[in-house]
Amino acid sequence: MTLLAPTGSGRPPPAPPAARSGRRGLLPYLLLLPGAAWLFVFFGVPLAQLAAASLYDPSGSLATGYAMTWAFSNYPDVVQAYWPQFLRSFGYAGLALVLALLLGYPLAYAIAQKAGRWKNLLLVCVVAPMFTSFLVRTLAWKTILSDNGALVGLLRDVHLLAPDGRLLATPFAVVLGLTYNFLPFLVLPLYASLERLDPRLLEAATDLYASGAQAFRRVTLPLSMPGLVAGTLLFFIPASGDYINAELLGTPNEYMIGNVIDSAFLVRLDYPQGAALSFLLMAAILAVVFGYLRRAGTEEVL
Amino acid sequence: MRISRWFADRWVMIVALLVLGYLALPILVVAALSFNRPSSRLSYDFNEFTLDNWRQPCATSDMCDAVVRSVQIGFLVTVVATVLGTLMAFALVRHRFRGRSGINVLIFLPMATPELVMGTSLLALFVSAGVPQGFWTIVIAHVMFCVSFVVVTVKARLAGMDRRLEEAAMDLYASEWQTFRLITLPLVLPGIVAAALLAFSLSFDDFIITNFNAGTTVTFPMYVWGAAQRGIPPQVNVVGTAMFAVALLLVGLSSLRTRARFGLGSDS
Repeated sequence: MTLLAPTGSGRPPPAPPAARSGRRGLLPYLLLLPGAAWLFVFFGVPLAQLAAASLYDPSGSLATGYAMTWAFSNYPDVVQAYWPQFLRSFGYAGLALVLALLLGYPLAYAIAQKAGRWKNLLLVCVVAPMFTSFLVRTLAWKTILSDNGALVGLLRDVHLLAPDGRLLATPFAVVLGLTYNFLPFLVLPLYASLERLDPRLLEAATDLYASGAQAFRRVTLPLSMPGLVAGTLLFFIPASGDYINAELLGTPNEYMIGNVIDSAFLVRLDYPQGAALSFLLMAAILAVVFGYLRRAGTEEVL
Repeated sequence: MRISRWFADRWVMIVALLVLGYLALPILVVAALSFNRPSSRLSYDFNEFTLDNWRQPCATSDMCDAVVRSVQIGFLVTVVATVLGTLMAFALVRHRFRGRSGINVLIFLPMATPELVMGTSLLALFVSAGVPQGFWTIVIAHVMFCVSFVVVTVKARLAGMDRRLEEAAMDLYASEWQTFRLITLPLVLPGIVAAALLAFSLSFDDFIITNFNAGTTVTFPMYVWGAAQRGIPPQVNVVGTAMFAVALLLVGLSSLRTRARFGLGSDS
């Protein structure tokens, strides 16, 4: 792919590979340099800066400047102040994940194995929500779950909801929103795994007197594991760091750790605290992810 | 056995269609609300049918300014991220070199890091370096998280390519540059186009990272976020519906193109 080769001669001499090995050896680094430099400067360096900011003297301010005092006590301080929001983030994201698995697995399975010539159309339907704005879609749930809406009216009529019961501004609304917003990230990798599943394996299982449930547990589920692991991670990471759903569909009682970090950086301008919370969030997510990967035993996803 | 399996088949499909309905519902609501005249600024309920919002999408000029700014940012980000990512993909698929696994980690990490962490860490960097935040810091941040997705998309296309086509071109006395221009590039192009579209939509729709790095600059998602507190103008739903229509049109066109190619029998 040397762009320096002479053109127009029509008959370039078939140079032996060794003759160009010097240029060949350098080329990949030249191709990588701009992108890798961008990622290093604007992804790697900022992470180091965030780590440093999390150890700044908490008594400083943006106006007076922060002093680096290696204040490791910032970490226990923020945990003590905000552990409910941490727990809530992982609780809501976990609940949403369970819901998303219950909804997403049948969907991915149906598209991969049962849809026939409708497969592509159904796949477009799965990604269709992402064609429009994340925030506008989330606001649409405000209309659907509204106190004056048809859904709340129906649930009140059949007494599933008290006469003054609400859906909006409850934990239910936040979990529903998280499930909705990140479901496609779960379904797509799951679909990719299930699509490669040979239906003859299921036939063989039933021929050998496996019940439907047994065939699912012993054949379908293990074979869909790579997609399942990738999908749960792609769902869980953004869901636990999300604060848009909690802000738009919940109340401060439903605030997740993202809401706290947002206000630490943008409202209270308490950088050391915000940075410590951010770093803790990343550490907690990494711990969950690696713990999960060890259990699931599919290291190759990474 | 046979009956229960027949039933099991239908059961899965019925659940799947219900879930698709759940995914589609908010889009239908957004489309419906784009024809709504709300009863008050803070009301989210459907009130009265009107075409006014579509006739005057820019009645609130702030919103249109924000859309234009998001499109500008999206284009800049798409160009830079697509070029950087495509070059990296070529290096990774076509070359053997030392430090490859390190580069792979550098590309993978931004996709696995919560947006919140990337947004706040860039904010920490810009503040400590004294860089004023605004249009250009948004562009820098967006390119950073889009590059990895471009690399992955282009890499997939490159890896699935038949190298013998290029060898055949060389055997027929094409120079390296001719081979690249006439064989490699056309074959990889669908991957590059897909990556560019992905980068544009990621940039256009990003809120979290933008929120920490925008300063006083307002993109469309930032506008919606701010307006959610003051009352949403119904034109926001016009933009949402129009975005959806444009994306659907692009998907439709690309599938028609694929079909036309299959019809001609020249599978690419």
